[in-house]
Amino acid sequence: MPVLCSSCAEKRAVLKRPKTGHSLCKECFFWAFEEEVHQTIVAAKLFKQGETVGIAASGGKDSTVLAHVMKLLNERYNYGLELMLLSVDEGITGYRDDSLETVKRNQQQYELPLKIVSYEELYGWTMDAIVKQVGLKNNCTFCGVFRRQALDRGAIMLKVDKICTGHNADDVAETVLMNVLRGDIARLRRCTAISTTSEGEGVVPRCKPLKYAYEKEIVLYAYFKKLDYFSTECIYSPNAYRGHARTFLKDLESIRPSSIMDVIHSGENLSVREGVKMPVQGTCNRCGYISSQALCKSCVLLEGLNRGLPKLGIGKHHRLHDKILSQQPLTEKEERKLKSVDF
Amino acid sequence: MCQVDEHYEEGLERAEVPSVSRKCVKCKEAEATVVIRAGDSFCRTCFREYFIHKFRAMLGKNRIIFPGEKVLLAVSGGPSSSSMLRQVQEGLSQNAHKKLRFCPGIIFIDEGGVVGQSVEQRRRTAGELLTVFRAAGFPVHMVPLEQVLDLPSSILASASLASKRTASSYKVAVDRFVRTDGGSSLTPQDQEVMLLPPVNQSQTQALQQLMMSATTLTARQELLNTLRLHLLVHTARSKGYNKVMLGDNGTRAAVKLVSSIALGRGAQLAQDTGFSDSRFGDIILVRPMRDYSAKEISYYNYLFSVPSVFIPALDTKTVDKSSIQHLTEIFITKLQADFPSTVSTVYRTSEKLQTVCRGPSTPEHTTRCLLCVCDLDTATEEASAFQATLTSEQLSVGPSGAARTETQRQDPVGLNQAAPPRQCCPSGGGAEDCGRAASGGGCCSSARLLVGSDLRSLLCYSCQLMVKDLASVESLPHYILSEAQRRQRRSQMRDEISDFLLGDDEG
Ligand SMILES: [Zn+2]
Ligand SMILES: [Zn+2]
Ligand SMILES: [Zn+2]
Ligand SMILES: [Zn+2]
Ligand SMILES: [Zn+2]
Repeated sequence: MPVLCSSCAEKRAVLKRPKTGHSLCKECFFWAFEEEVHQTIVAAKLFKQGETVGIAASGGKDSTVLAHVMKLLNERYNYGLELMLLSVDEGITGYRDDSLETVKRNQQQYELPLKIVSYEELYGWTMDAIVKQVGLKNNCTFCGVFRRQALDRGAIMLKVDKICTGHNADDVAETVLMNVLRGDIARLRRCTAISTTSEGEGVVPRCKPLKYAYEKEIVLYAYFKKLDYFSTECIYSPNAYRGHARTFLKDLESIRPSSIMDVIHSGENLSVREGVKMPVQGTCNRCGYISSQALCKSCVLLEGLNRGLPKLGIGKHHRLHDKILSQQPLTEKEERKLKSVDF
Repeated sequence: MCQVDEHYEEGLERAEVPSVSRKCVKCKEAEATVVIRAGDSFCRTCFREYFIHKFRAMLGKNRIIFPGEKVLLAVSGGPSSSSMLRQVQEGLSQNAHKKLRFCPGIIFIDEGGVVGQSVEQRRRTAGELLTVFRAAGFPVHMVPLEQVLDLPSSILASASLASKRTASSYKVAVDRFVRTDGGSSLTPQDQEVMLLPPVNQSQTQALQQLMMSATTLTARQELLNTLRLHLLVHTARSKGYNKVMLGDNGTRAAVKLVSSIALGRGAQLAQDTGFSDSRFGDIILVRPMRDYSAKEISYYNYLFSVPSVFIPALDTKTVDKSSIQHLTEIFITKLQADFPSTVSTVYRTSEKLQTVCRGPSTPEHTTRCLLCVCDLDTATEEASAFQATLTSEQLSVGPSGAARTETQRQDPVGLNQAAPPRQCCPSGGGAEDCGRAASGGGCCSSARLLVGSDLRSLLCYSCQLMVKDLASVESLPHYILSEAQRRQRRSQMRDEISDFLLGDDEG
């Protein structure tokens, strides 16, 4: 016997919502999914009329669905937003080529302007060239740090007021767990925020309209909408913490499907004891980007690459920042330590 | 999307093969026999000193237990609480300036009825423990969990505020105590021993039925924790104790922190895992074993012959994914084996999250959760996981679906469905709503039975999840249901007169 949609009670249900367990027909699922994102946007006051919003587009499922839903809601509810796609080309042969193709197709489909910023034009280094110097092992440090800034720089070039990213509920819950395991209290407190206000020069405010959307529902949405996306699991293994946190979250979800939301609820309600020291956010002395150190991560990484000392940005070498800033030479011992790299 | 959008440069510290130095790090003379972690190896004597000192230091640092105060030690018979009992014994036998100055009593809650022990097994366990307890010489209270069914509703009402004692009043109290030589008056006179009363079999069955009404092990474990806590606090209150000491160790605290997050108890973390927990106001829960790892405790118990008994838990012999709590324990244990800093890192996190606990310092009429007695965390701002979940449920049943939810209220499965927060007529929704509910079960009738959605508004986020997993709300013990009804009558009353109230009311 076919199951009837629990919402319209007319059509046949085609899916069981991972989030609530309800059986829904295609149309009612689309409606529920889109409305939920709309409610999130309205409740959190993510945008203002007339703003230019850059959608961080990687060609993956999250950003593809985000672009689709943002375009749709902007028209359905007259947000009055100027939308555009913003992509980063890290310069990894074979990895980005396909996903960038997807983004370009999305651009035509959605009729949204697209801007691709490349690592090469921003930093003078492609990821391929970086891998050659630093080895596979540390490579994700670079692609993560560089991407964060690349989006900001791209956004500034395009005079974008806000960036929205495809982070979904699973990502946020995973980050909460990861920060608990790492004991990173500062990030633990920040990671559930749905949006950031402008933190300084050269940083564009960001928000996560899909914060409460389950990854599985994003895939379901893309599947039934026949959205074209490219599977962009990073080709390098994610770091230890995230890997463990992800497995744990998946297991939790299999026991109690609401676990993802439950973890986010926990994260939203954590309160840090008074008197616990939080790192002070300053700005980078070289490029003006937010940084808790004298030099931002990306400037240190670049300095290391340009000087042929790739390890500079990987370990903790804060005390060398002043030397770098004042362009003093490093000692032989320091140089030796920073040169050797495990591949 | 590459997940590395925030930079995490340092990896976890991998387990290292400990470089065992032969000599004790403390006295640097005797042969080391205990290696707590790489580099920390003690001889037997120094380990004992270190262990005992840590207990006293924990109490000294927190200044919560006042001299002469009656403190109830909750001993389950497991390694950690048994070790705690030994520490208190050690502390009382120390010489004057190191001596602990409170009056301990012991409580053992016999949960044999819900973990499948026979009457005979329960009697044997209790007998074994009683021997240990008698040897300690403190008053003993042996209480079967079945007694929770007869608790008064007052246990759930937030008690009047504890007299706010400060660090300076602590010092005054200690000085006075020392001057009057209170120490000598503490020597046990006639040991008061309350033996395990015979348990009526029908009571055991009623308790078992209650436990089985939880359809998931996750909810069953939460329910057991809740009931145990109520019974502990009730016993402490009725026997005149001010503090209850729990045996949770650091490893346990780490597991509990992570499982609490998974269970949606982020707002209650401070109370659930911190050193002291004042949610009950007049009775303060204290966790003095938090600084010890499970490993340290098992070393100590082994070296100094601390007896403990094996007591099965609800999740004994279950698969990894049997419950959220069990899964978390296995997850942390495995992670700890690979990365020895896991437990201490998570533990330190719990330290930093401590004390924002609003506790009894907030106004008296703060709304507390009916079950866990913590502040409600459901009045969150509009963009929140809680609101988003409600939205999802409402959108999944659609405008017509909401009507069906009403009729589903009859069957237990209906509890899992969304229902608008208030169906009762005074709070809007119109005549239509009321008519439908009336035909189903008599809305507006004060005698109407509680249903899941009604109970929801009285519970915190996490306790709502637990109640969702109960086959029927009616199976909850009488003291809980009658308090729930009392609160609902209050809130109905308040709705009716809300137009005439000026400013904050008295709850
Ligand atoms: Zn439908
Ligand atoms: Zn990467
Ligand atoms: Zn910089
Ligand atoms: Zn020694
Ligand atoms: Zn609760």
